[in-house]
Amino acid sequence: MKTTSIIGKLISHREWLLGGLIILMLVGVGSAAPFFVGTANLAEVFDDTAILIMLACAQMLVILTRCIDLSVASNLAFTGMCVALFNVAYPETSALVTVVMSIGIGLMLGAFNGLLVWLVGIPSIVVTLGTMSAYRGFVFLLSDGEWVNAHEMTPQFLALPRAAFLDVTVLSWIAIALTLVMFVFTRFTKTGLSIFAVGGNPKAAVYSGLDVGKHQFITFCISGAVAGLCGYLWVSRYAVAYVEVALAFELQVVAACVIGGISIAGGIGSIWGAVLGAIFLGLIKNALPVIGISPFWQLAISGLVIVLAVIVNSRSEKRGGRRILREAHQ
Amino acid sequence: MITEKTLKQTMTNDLPKDMSRHLPDSLNSDLRSKMMRWETLLMVFVVIAFFTNIQLSPYFLDPWSLSDATFNFTEKAIIALPMALLIIARDIDLSVASTIALASVAMGFANTMGAGPIELALIGMGVGTVAGFVNGWIITKFDIPAIVVTIGTMSLYRGIAYIVLGDEVYRSYPEGFAFFGQGYVWGVLSFEFVLFLCLAVAFGILLHKTTFGRRVYAIGNNPTAALFSGINVKRHRLFLFTLVGLFAGVAAVLLTSRIGSTRPSIAMGWELEVITMVVLGGVNIMGGAGSIVGVFIAVFLMGLVTFGMGLMNVPGIVMSIFTGLLLILVIGTPIIWRRVLTARKMKSKSGN
Repeated sequence: MKTTSIIGKLISHREWLLGGLIILMLVGVGSAAPFFVGTANLAEVFDDTAILIMLACAQMLVILTRCIDLSVASNLAFTGMCVALFNVAYPETSALVTVVMSIGIGLMLGAFNGLLVWLVGIPSIVVTLGTMSAYRGFVFLLSDGEWVNAHEMTPQFLALPRAAFLDVTVLSWIAIALTLVMFVFTRFTKTGLSIFAVGGNPKAAVYSGLDVGKHQFITFCISGAVAGLCGYLWVSRYAVAYVEVALAFELQVVAACVIGGISIAGGIGSIWGAVLGAIFLGLIKNALPVIGISPFWQLAISGLVIVLAVIVNSRSEKRGGRRILREAHQ
Repeated sequence: MITEKTLKQTMTNDLPKDMSRHLPDSLNSDLRSKMMRWETLLMVFVVIAFFTNIQLSPYFLDPWSLSDATFNFTEKAIIALPMALLIIARDIDLSVASTIALASVAMGFANTMGAGPIELALIGMGVGTVAGFVNGWIITKFDIPAIVVTIGTMSLYRGIAYIVLGDEVYRSYPEGFAFFGQGYVWGVLSFEFVLFLCLAVAFGILLHKTTFGRRVYAIGNNPTAALFSGINVKRHRLFLFTLVGLFAGVAAVLLTSRIGSTRPSIAMGWELEVITMVVLGGVNIMGGAGSIVGVFIAVFLMGLVTFGMGLMNVPGIVMSIFTGLLLILVIGTPIIWRRVLTARKMKSKSGN
């Protein structure tokens, strides 16, 4: 009991720290460029970060079970291309059908990853590294390398994420809703709590009657479904679908999780951490051009932040408890 | 009534019957025969790929064409050799492709400052070594899983390349520099290919004939046990990461020299192909098993298959589907196979 409370304290501490950093950044950028902290601009920044937030929340679940899903960006690109081509072929279908379809396709791609991890027992890093490049290749096969441009898409296909409700876009509302659902899922449902147990100590989870592989499969399904939904939202928001959509975006998603204090060793993390991590990265991305730094810096900064965050995490994750023999590797 | 003598007899009689299977000696030979089987299987695939390529193009058997075919995999193969050692030691480095980009940009920058061919090569290798050392230092110093750290540095190293170069390009390398990637040592044998052959022999000896190699296996099989047997696990891991960095630098020199220009997107996605080569060669992704001979054959298999697809005008991104699925297939098949075997064994046991 004592150790869990210490870990809990560290995590909440981490989130306050991250929240403080975000406010500090807002103040800093705001003093240089006051328009940046205006509500309209902040809503825009949130809208720009919404997809990253959703993917980070889903990725968090996967990482909690000691796995990783590197195929989310390729999944997103594939699903986006599918629904875009579907929209070109059948312009009459409503946006709601498109949403359901994108979730379904993404779910299938995620389930394929999950099945390989669960039933075959291949390490998730290998599975998703493989499907990352395979799914991306499928986008090419599907589209022949062609682009689907804005004028080919129907207005209702494009309208959904941009429609505003209370001055905030539907895309942002979807992200907020998904975050709340995820919060309830991880805190108050049996499956959600089991996911923590499975990642925290797989052996203990097995002895308490939990199927580790099945829970990993579930998280991969969720990650895939969210990636699919984001595929539609991405393509519709930027009004274009092509092979390189969201290339290397999985790195940002993993970065958001790591920055949010989610332990890559599994079992530790919270939705708010993932959300704050994503917002942190989104702020950097949007603030760089405002303070006059070339966008080419973004990749290096997120890389540096990942490395620094894992180092900080490794410090705070050192669990107490009795250790008879020193371990060499972990 | 049991006398002491009969007791001893039963003990000695029972021992070879029941225990022989569990003795480490027999385990070793079993493993070795399995490895041999994997490598023969690979060899069969190489022969199939070779003859398919002959069928595909009448020009394939031309010595110059064969020599050209080696160019598209030699650089990756050179990284695959130290990567095999690293994966056998239970680690992984996903940042190799980004290291190539970083080293290549460093060479391009040095070139604008007027460095000569030899200096350029040394700078490329030096930057690679430093990049690998940084990976290894962070991983061993803070006890963080190699996957996360190298995902971070993968983004960091390529990010630095983008900061330096943006959307521009370094060109006009000195004439002497072209030798590394385009020169021929003897007849149709390119410098790259000869270098790879020499390195393969060197790594084969390092892994299979030296104490260092045995320690790499020991670390991969059980790092804790390795530590308690007096192996400085951290130092060995640090060395292996640095080694991978060095050879990523070597690959950067060869690649930059071969294509004669540097963009920040150079060698994008190579980490996947390098790891696929290693795993295809029979190296266990969980560490502890694998051989250089297997990796050596796997490199040729990958090279021949991608060259064959090139002959059929298959675009590069479709080849990446092949690489991705191959990676999953190669790791998944032995796992399923082993499970089928144990299931059958269990059945026959319960039948008895």
